[in-house]
Amino acid sequence: MMIQLKDINKVYEIGSISVNALRDVDLNIGQNEYVAIMGPSGSGKSTLMNIIGCLDTASSGTYLLNDVDVSDMDDDQLAEIRNREIGFVFQTFNLLPRANALHNVELPLIYNGTPSSKRRQQAENALDRVGLTDRMHHKPNELSGGQRQRVAIARALVNNPSIILADEPTGNLDSKTGDEIMEVFEELHDAGNTIILVTHEEYIAEHSDRIIRLRDGYVERDEAKSELAL
Amino acid sequence: MRILIYIGEGLKIALTALRAYKMRSILTTLGIVIGVMTVITIVALVQGLNKAFTEEISALGSDTLYIDKYSWFMDRDTYFAYRNRPNIKIHEAERVKELSRLAEAVAPALYTRRNIQYRERKLEGSIVVGTTEDYLITSNAYPEYGRFFTSTDVDHRRSVCVLGWEVAQKLFPNTDPIGKRVSIEGRKMRVIGVREKKGSFFNNNFDTWVFIPINTFASIFGTRYRSVQMEVKVKSPDLVEDAEIELAGVMRRIRGLSGGDENNFAINKQSMLMDTYNDLTGVLWAVAIGVGSISLLVGGIGIMNILLVSVTERTREIGIRKAIGAKRFDIMVQFLIESIMICAIGVFIGILCAVGLAKLVASVSPIPAVITPWVVFLGLAFTTVIGIFFGIYPASKAAKLNPIEALRYE
Ligand SMILES: Nc1ncnc2c1ncn2[C@@H]1O[C@H](COP(=O)(O)OP(=O)(O)O)[C@@H](O)[C@H]1O
Ligand SMILES: [Mg+2]
Repeated sequence: MMIQLKDINKVYEIGSISVNALRDVDLNIGQNEYVAIMGPSGSGKSTLMNIIGCLDTASSGTYLLNDVDVSDMDDDQLAEIRNREIGFVFQTFNLLPRANALHNVELPLIYNGTPSSKRRQQAENALDRVGLTDRMHHKPNELSGGQRQRVAIARALVNNPSIILADEPTGNLDSKTGDEIMEVFEELHDAGNTIILVTHEEYIAEHSDRIIRLRDGYVERDEAKSELAL
Repeated sequence: MRILIYIGEGLKIALTALRAYKMRSILTTLGIVIGVMTVITIVALVQGLNKAFTEEISALGSDTLYIDKYSWFMDRDTYFAYRNRPNIKIHEAERVKELSRLAEAVAPALYTRRNIQYRERKLEGSIVVGTTEDYLITSNAYPEYGRFFTSTDVDHRRSVCVLGWEVAQKLFPNTDPIGKRVSIEGRKMRVIGVREKKGSFFNNNFDTWVFIPINTFASIFGTRYRSVQMEVKVKSPDLVEDAEIELAGVMRRIRGLSGGDENNFAINKQSMLMDTYNDLTGVLWAVAIGVGSISLLVGGIGIMNILLVSVTERTREIGIRKAIGAKRFDIMVQFLIESIMICAIGVFIGILCAVGLAKLVASVSPIPAVITPWVVFLGLAFTTVIGIFFGIYPASKAAKLNPIEALRYE
């Protein structure tokens, strides 16, 4: 299994109140799965996503990523895991505003020490895969929302990560552009990538093979597509 | 290799940021500019003074002692006290020469200002020096033409003279002066030599001097109210201190001073000038260090402040970088490079201003200014040290940001 979560709890303490954002989450996700995480607002989707993406650590429980226990890793070790294993796609794109598309895509390679010529080559390939070869030297504010999200996807996959994590990737896009972005994810999945997608829209979740539904931090339902079809 | 890639990225980011906030960056560097400018200008001036002073003072020779009635450094009271000391006489110089074992040469000298004439050409108020053949050694100046006078000339009170370079030029513009007779205060003196060009020491131009045998001097101008100045050349420069003690002993013996009596003569030397000079430049150094470090401190705090602003403004960027795999060190390097670059700009402008200012001072005052290449290295060192010192706090603040919170920052 690529992702193994056991008894994951996440508690936020705000003054004297504690919020249980995740409760006893047990989850296994395998190679080349295409998973959608759904649930109402505040149900813990982003929290789960952050833990899977090693941006955050659980309050209790264990998380094995490719059979490596990352539950107790420090900041820098997690940064290295993120760089190597995870590609993030955010709702708000999160590109560097003053860097052009190419430089934005090169960023993960900079932090793993790839030499510049190879870096450029890989970044160009990634931009090619999302269909943005002709927009390489444009800055984010010179690109449309859909194009920005494509740059973000190119950045997520440039380092050949184990998992691509997308938190509401179509949330800031109109439905037509959203569909185009979903096609890109479809292609990546067909090419063998593992994709985990957070959304609260059923028609977006339709693209996946498996839907995990959260409520109040619990896994309420976890269904594979084949079962859905029944 | 990896570190080079980080530095490359750090430079790119820093340049972009500096370009985006040009005015802010330049204003931030002001403290550094003033600090660097002050330090380098003063260093340049002190170095210029040093160079000029050392050149001047080397004319005195570090292996020469001067036995004199007066000390070179006196206040009013000591001056009046020293006035009562007995004048130093020619025969005392002769005795010193006999008794001292560390002296290579002892040249007594008497000075007066007189008019010198050759036919219709006349020089007013030239300095006439009466001395002995030893002066050749103590003053380290050799004849360009002809010869210096000998002990025979001195002993026989011959009416001969050696002209300074400029005197010869002025009195004998077209003719060979050797063998000609010049008149000093109406006395005819045969020119036997012309001294090589010697240059000036502070305001004394040695090339306008004329030299005659001391006994001749004594018989023309008298010695009664004059005190001889003795120039003593020591056999080797490292014997100067021993020689000073020995000469004091010799003088005391000649003068018959007993145990409790104070010396009634002074022994002067080059290092006394050097010491006084160093006290003076010490003040300048203190000013440089004081003003410099205060402005560098203020400038550094300015840089720290602007970096803290910059870290806050770029919280989201830091979040993105961390999400993508930047480690604490990488973020740290990024902000340190930015800090160092702001400093570098300040130091660069500071050096330019200092060069301008030093040139200005040099052109409107007699103080020379020397800007040596090592100020550039000094500048680089300043840049790095201040940049790192004041950048480390904001940089580590940035490095420790929690990526999730940073990403959520609006
Ligand atoms: N940093 C935080 N501090 C305190 N509470 C938080 C924090 N992040 C999330 N929460 C709380 O945890 C719960 C789950 O949040 P989140 O995972 O963002 O939900 P979703 O993404 O499903 O909308 C919510 O009640 C939210 O208020
Ligand atoms: Mg969310």
